[in-house]
Amino acid sequence: MNAFSVAAFTSGLNLATPEIFLALAGCAILLLDLLIGDSRRHWTAALSIAALLVTAVLAGGVEVNGPVTALGGMFLVDAMSQALKIVALVIVAVAFVYSVEYMRHRGILKGEYFVLGLFATLGILVLISAASLVTVYLGLELLSLCLYAMVAFDRDSGRSAESAIKYFVLGSLASGTLLYGMSIIYGVTGSLDLGSIAAAVQGGLATNIGLLFGIAFVIVAIGFKFGAVPFHMWIPDVYEGSPTCVTLFVGSAPKIAAFALAMRLLVDGLGGAQVDWGQMLVVLSVLSMAIGNVVAIAQTNLKRMLGYSTISHVGYILLGILAGTSQGYQSAMFYTITYVIVAAGSFGMILLLSRHGFEADRIEDFKGLNARSPWFAGMMAIFMFSLAGLPPFIGFWAKLGVIQAVLGINAVWLAVVAVLFSVVGAYYYLRVVKMMYFDEPVDAARIDGSPLMRAVLSANALLVLLLGIAPGALFVVCAHALP
Amino acid sequence: MITLTEVLTLSGLLFSIAVAGVFLNRKNVILLLMCIELMLLAVNFNFVAFSRFLGDINGQIFVFFILTVAAAEAAIGLAILVVLFRERRSIDVEDLDSLQG
Repeated sequence: MNAFSVAAFTSGLNLATPEIFLALAGCAILLLDLLIGDSRRHWTAALSIAALLVTAVLAGGVEVNGPVTALGGMFLVDAMSQALKIVALVIVAVAFVYSVEYMRHRGILKGEYFVLGLFATLGILVLISAASLVTVYLGLELLSLCLYAMVAFDRDSGRSAESAIKYFVLGSLASGTLLYGMSIIYGVTGSLDLGSIAAAVQGGLATNIGLLFGIAFVIVAIGFKFGAVPFHMWIPDVYEGSPTCVTLFVGSAPKIAAFALAMRLLVDGLGGAQVDWGQMLVVLSVLSMAIGNVVAIAQTNLKRMLGYSTISHVGYILLGILAGTSQGYQSAMFYTITYVIVAAGSFGMILLLSRHGFEADRIEDFKGLNARSPWFAGMMAIFMFSLAGLPPFIGFWAKLGVIQAVLGINAVWLAVVAVLFSVVGAYYYLRVVKMMYFDEPVDAARIDGSPLMRAVLSANALLVLLLGIAPGALFVVCAHALP
Repeated sequence: MITLTEVLTLSGLLFSIAVAGVFLNRKNVILLLMCIELMLLAVNFNFVAFSRFLGDINGQIFVFFILTVAAAEAAIGLAILVVLFRERRSIDVEDLDSLQG
């Protein structure tokens, strides 16, 4: 890579078609949004959703047999990157569908939300396809910077601004830590390329004390981006403080980015030092499962409760990664994808119940939902059962997968801890179900929401049920992605 | 001749000062932004030093990217700070306590 040549740079440019298209579409929508009046702002949303879906088709259309690098070795396309990209793009499109109505009721239906969302998605795609520390960093920052701005998006809300500044300071601290770790790894291995780093680590650097020092910093940053305990402080505040449409965005697709970050850095780059980072992840994983599940019980705000629930689910995802086997990586990928689908649906339910001047973000707001709308009470029950990990919903297979993965490395105590805390977690999910079915409604307003949103939300819940009954297809995708 | 160890010690010190600043500072948010900036510059120092001693130019190229991103980050941080000040009339870290639980 020392001698720069135009040919080396442009060969394989077609592999980056989805990213290039999304970048151009984001710029075009930013300009078009200037011409669209406030009353027709939903066209911006429609265009953004269309752009995301076209990008997903393009991402699926890139033909690769095995991993291929492009753009001077900085960009990598393999089966995992394709699967994760398609999921991320579709989830963001679904999030946009859910958000429009909510934003219109609050008078914050602005183009910025969609444009920032598109660029954040571009960051996710770049991160997923990263093959060099530079690309990892740039993708992550493109994502994070857009998210900071989105959290502060409701300018007239003091809570929104407060959660944004907290997120910004802690997120930047995490980026700084990541960079410090990267600089040490660069110094020890002499390369920024993840492939060369992997070769150097395999070649006897695995026990190098400097490398361990670098890995520790990288783990801290990955913990921050995932929201694992003890680096979880930002999650509850950001989830509660930002407008629900932004909580939905922050709580869904970026988890895929965090998973990709962990896979690219730890597995692709530092796979040879798995013993070291595996031990560090054990601590993060157990603490996340414990603190996330226990503290969630005490919450009265549903967004905050789902925030702590995210923290506990991150613990389970880390279980799969720390196993260090391909079975473990597959189960972690399966868990991430299913969690993102269910999380999008749960926040979608809050958006559906909210209306002008009413946030529907307290758990009591779901009281007696069955009397108001049996159909959507059923949908919410599906999401809650799936988060709790009950069969026949998708969350059950996800939890089973990661527990099998840790049993595969003979870490029985980890499996026991995971099961115990998922029982604790079941309490607060089932409490929501109990309130919906057995309590009297406190508010009798009709549930509106556009027909499109209702249809997509129903499809989202039915997908959770359907994948739970027939999880085979998703298992095959994950097995193909991480052989 | 300055050795690699000396440079790394300096950048490690700068980085520690920045992290300590983020956690110990109870006064105002502008100082937090300065600490974050200092942290990124400490990292740049590291990259330049390694690049120089490894004889590999890529580390210095990375520094250009970090500097660019740091500028964008500062812009967004200050913009959020302006929004916060308009709402609260204060940028004290201790006043950031309306979200708890």
